[in-house]
Amino acid sequence: MNEKSVLEMRGIFKSFPGVRALQNVDFTLCEGEIHALMGENGAGKSTLIKVLTGVYEKDEGHIFLKGMDKEAVIRSPQDAQKLGISTVYQEITLCPNLTVAENMYIGRGKGALQNWKKMNADADKILQSLDIPAKSTQQLSSCSIAIQQMVAIARAVDMDCKVLILDEPTSSLDEQEVEKLFGLMRDLKAKGVGIIFVTHFLDQVYEVCDKITVLRDGKLVGEYEIENLPRVQLVAKMLGKELDDMADIRSDSDVYAEKDDSAPVFEAQGLQSNAGIKPFDFYIKKGEVNGFTGLLGSGRSECVRAIFGADKVIGGTVKKNGKQVKISKPIDAMKNGIAYLPEDRKVDGIVGDLSVRDNIVLALQVLQGFFKPFSKAKMYEFADEYIKLLEIKTASADTPIKSLSGGNQQKVILARWLLMHPEYLILDEPTRGIDIGTKIEIQKLVLKLASEGMSVTFISSETDEMLRTCSRLVVMRDRKVVGELSGSDLTQNKIMSTIAGGEANE
Amino acid sequence: MKNNKKKLSDSNLLLTITVVIFFVMYIGAILFLKGGFLRPQAFLNMLNSNACLIILSCGMSLVMITGGIDISLGGQMALISMCCAVYLDEMGGNVFVSILIALAIGMAFGAFIGYLVAYLDIQPFIVSLAGMFFARGMTTIVRTAPFNVANEAFTALKRTRIIIPGLGSVNRKGIYVDAYIEIGVIVALLVVVLMFILLKWTKLGRSFYAVGGNKQSALMLGINVKRTKFLAHLLCGLLAGIGGYVLFLNHGNGSVSNGAGMEMDAIASSIIGGTLLTGGVGNIIGTFFGVLSLGTIQNIVSSAGFDEAWWIGITTAAMLCLFLVIQSIVLSRKKSS
Repeated sequence: MNEKSVLEMRGIFKSFPGVRALQNVDFTLCEGEIHALMGENGAGKSTLIKVLTGVYEKDEGHIFLKGMDKEAVIRSPQDAQKLGISTVYQEITLCPNLTVAENMYIGRGKGALQNWKKMNADADKILQSLDIPAKSTQQLSSCSIAIQQMVAIARAVDMDCKVLILDEPTSSLDEQEVEKLFGLMRDLKAKGVGIIFVTHFLDQVYEVCDKITVLRDGKLVGEYEIENLPRVQLVAKMLGKELDDMADIRSDSDVYAEKDDSAPVFEAQGLQSNAGIKPFDFYIKKGEVNGFTGLLGSGRSECVRAIFGADKVIGGTVKKNGKQVKISKPIDAMKNGIAYLPEDRKVDGIVGDLSVRDNIVLALQVLQGFFKPFSKAKMYEFADEYIKLLEIKTASADTPIKSLSGGNQQKVILARWLLMHPEYLILDEPTRGIDIGTKIEIQKLVLKLASEGMSVTFISSETDEMLRTCSRLVVMRDRKVVGELSGSDLTQNKIMSTIAGGEANE
Repeated sequence: MKNNKKKLSDSNLLLTITVVIFFVMYIGAILFLKGGFLRPQAFLNMLNSNACLIILSCGMSLVMITGGIDISLGGQMALISMCCAVYLDEMGGNVFVSILIALAIGMAFGAFIGYLVAYLDIQPFIVSLAGMFFARGMTTIVRTAPFNVANEAFTALKRTRIIIPGLGSVNRKGIYVDAYIEIGVIVALLVVVLMFILLKWTKLGRSFYAVGGNKQSALMLGINVKRTKFLAHLLCGLLAGIGGYVLFLNHGNGSVSNGAGMEMDAIASSIIGGTLLTGGVGNIIGTFFGVLSLGTIQNIVSSAGFDEAWWIGITTAAMLCLFLVIQSIVLSRKKSS
């Protein structure tokens, strides 16, 4: 073990049924260092953290801690806590029904009795020293989320930890609170604590961190000093694209001629929802395919959810063909010819126990009203038409949708919305988790629909796919629209540098 | 700090509501129904007949605070009293051993249910439902017909009354009668005090609240969630043993119908006392007043001349609804302010 390191993880493997979440991952944390752990969704960040904190047990690998001759055995969060590893999770892991002080001290210390007086006094002292505006005797649920987060950090700080893990602690904090947190982190760093910082905000990484470890698809990409890794390189490493071989793969780009003169079908101004995105402007023309791109958590889905009325809209206007329309609920959007294929089909999309036929007819039935049911024959006609059109592989129209594969489920939901003959179709990650053949089919279908005059918004984590299908890309960073690319700007390099922002032309 | 006024925690807020409603009800009963309720013995009798329920409700509250439930308690009452009765009456056993039998049965149930709930992660409702069927079934195997215990030492203990000086009253014949409580009441009050201390001033007690508040968080905070849940059920079992013996002492018989529906009364008392079914919130003093409120409403109903069992059922239901509505209004008000 290196002299300066407080934590070394070597050759960590972890599998879940069907998924290899971590494969041979190494991680080293030094004393007095703030170390960013970066990666896209499914890269294995959370799994690595959970292995380290004893929530999951590793399949293989070794964990060494400073001051221990032997390998560290971490089987439960209690073990981790005893070894000086404290964690602050993104979602608050405190008990809302207890007081602030109890949340800071419960599960620690010896003795069977609870000394309220001493505990409250100790807690108040720490809260004061960290400048946290909460009282020790307050019930936790009466504090704001940000303060709850700070209480969790205060608990970790008080435990004299050697390793502090902050797992996306800033996602619920405002700017001032983030600054306060960073101040706290620097203080701890000066005291020699090693801090692992997981976040998807690039600016924050470059503001406080010393080193970056990047994971992708459960594998280690590398460990870098912060000054040796410009933003655009970091984004490339996270997405798994080398900057050099970024040949423009958009071959059939001339298919979509720019239709500059035509007026937009849908237009939004200053649209803002309660999901935390900054107000944004947006338009789409007839027969156009555009996309929202950005890293995970940048607000891609939140934008389209605001357009569809799936999140509560708190500001801005939407115009259809130049006339203002009011969209506050999904049903309003549907009546105005907008269809939305949600990101998580398990939660927002399929009704698992109903048949393929019922799932296809569902949205149209809602639009028509429940008191005017379609005849059976009509429903079979609809279902069979789209099963054939989209080549849905199902035994019959009566098969329950949950017995279909992921890709075919996705096609059923797509059929549901196509049946409504929408003017504007929003597809949020329609290709996630489905095989490559189906992916290409869906991409082709999108282009075909557009050529028939439908406007489509396409969101995908895979930039290749976006480049192949979209003629215009809205780029997002940190819940804000930061740019719009079209025509010759549509290249991997350009997208990445826009996502990275800052020193884009490096 | 915007708000310097000390806010009541959820547990204390619900406790205050319960206590206030109890007193309003009791004073109302004194004012409108006269006679009966003014005599101290009327109040003491309520304690005498509800001593077992007080103990059971304490156990139920413990389990409910951790987010669980135990509906086998009523069944356990029947099994415990039947076993003790058979032992004392037919085997001529001694009283001390019979107490140990009661505790052993209760704790065996607690340990078994606790193990299944905590370590095998089975729904507490299902586990204790099985426990209820098992207890009722076992009782019938031990003896079907109800019978009274004639053991001398036991009947002496059963007849023991603790006179409370100064609270007696003159009866219709003009004879002064002392006010008294039974031994069970002393035990029940002791249990209330001990459980209150456990929940408020021990780390184990606080971890009951933590586990009930958010199981996942409690785990992350370094609490041994499984052990905590197990201990809650074990304690509940111990209290069931004590309560079972107190019931046995009060009834003096072994009967399959002993403790019928008592688990529901215990749940109702806990809820009236401010324990939330969702866990994490509750207070033993509240539970105590919950039992008293339930007893009072039943006394009011029967002394107002509606003696049938279904009237008591209906009023209990109405009261439960009233409490739940008040609780949810107050808690949501508090949240929004």
